[in-house]
Amino acid sequence: MKEPRPPLPLPAIFGLPAAIALVTAAGLVAALLDDGLMDAVSWAALSVPVLTTVWFWCRRRR
Amino acid sequence: MTNRTIRVWTLIHKWTSLICTLFMLLLCLTGLPLIFHDEIEALTAEDALPAMPADTPLKSLDDAVASALATYPGERPLFLSFDEDRPVVNVTTGPGARPPVSQMHISAIDLRSARILADLNDDKGFMHVMLRLHVDMFAGLPGELFLGFMGFLLFLATLSGVVIYAPFMRKLSFGTVRAGRSRRLKWLDLHNMLGIVTLMWVVVVGLTGVINTLSVPLVAYWRSNELAAMVAPYAGKPVPERFASVDAAVRTAMEAAPGMRPQFIAFPGVRFSSNHHYAVWLKGATPATNRILTPALIDAETGAFTDMRSMPWYMLALRLSQPLHFGDYGGLPMKILWAALDVLTIVILGSGLYLWLARRRTAQDHAAAGANLRAPLRATVGEAAE
Repeated sequence: MKEPRPPLPLPAIFGLPAAIALVTAAGLVAALLDDGLMDAVSWAALSVPVLTTVWFWCRRRR
Repeated sequence: MTNRTIRVWTLIHKWTSLICTLFMLLLCLTGLPLIFHDEIEALTAEDALPAMPADTPLKSLDDAVASALATYPGERPLFLSFDEDRPVVNVTTGPGARPPVSQMHISAIDLRSARILADLNDDKGFMHVMLRLHVDMFAGLPGELFLGFMGFLLFLATLSGVVIYAPFMRKLSFGTVRAGRSRRLKWLDLHNMLGIVTLMWVVVVGLTGVINTLSVPLVAYWRSNELAAMVAPYAGKPVPERFASVDAAVRTAMEAAPGMRPQFIAFPGVRFSSNHHYAVWLKGATPATNRILTPALIDAETGAFTDMRSMPWYMLALRLSQPLHFGDYGGLPMKILWAALDVLTIVILGSGLYLWLARRRTAQDHAAAGANLRAPLRATVGEAAE
């Protein structure tokens, strides 16, 4: 049997989720502020949560 | 976190989710076509503008109102709103100052001819059914407030989900989906991953949805406080018999607020105006300010300017909650992303329901085999909390 891994600390658990949440929030606000470039910033930011789920689904452990 | 704290948060997550899940599934499913309502309605639009010389002079707003009233005799004007990019105004009329929506008539009027292009009184089509199911389940204000409460439960479910995410993930790296073992484990990992990744979108769309359900009481509160203060000298006066010119009212309002453009006009007596005034709702000229509306009040008997004040915070919150809930402020790519996130939310809701049913089945199997009923619960949450 493998050695059990030590439990992860909270920052390791919530670091990436917090980053994704902040990017999402920035994307939601960006398109409110201006048209054109800011809309594109918003599309890029809101793609992050969507593409993250696709990425981890493709890398699921079979 | 102690085992006890985890168990309490698990219970909160379980019950808030169970109560709201079916309603949230309804909202996600009906919301999906609503995201694209502009595109869908454009497919079946029958109000195309007839060709006319580009320099055709525009008729007055008063002509447009007269045209709508001629079509619906005995009614009175309630609202007039401006199309964003065409010389078209939409005039709402009804039998009294505040009739139920079902008795209102909306006419799209070509300002170049003052002719009615189309009536927008569609209350049968597919999109109308989706909208009503989404807003109030055909149950009026109580239905609206009920769905608002369900949205609040979704917020609690999301929050408690984040708390119990930690013990689940103590031994797993972010995004792990164990698809090779049991079906239950695969859906548990997916539920956790999708839930934490879409967290911010779900919270923002959920809470702005809740704020939108409070629209009726918030506007009523504004009318009887801020608006009442603006028109204090007119308190108790009845709705005028005859209204002064709408065009003159709009000109007066725009002179009082240079650089702003009218979004819509509320006629005397309706819930967005006082009993004695035209409320000309003006928007800013830049993308950042055109969502912020300021009402200018014009005496509907004399045409004189009465007052103009910016909106209180709760009305601004209500106003900003619309784009943030609808996802209609960043073009078609944003709508597609909105739809993708909506579908992911459906997967979260569905997997949550599946996990609850699967655990119940396991618990029953264990009970039948004489095993300890609480063992399966410990197997999922307890393992991570050791």
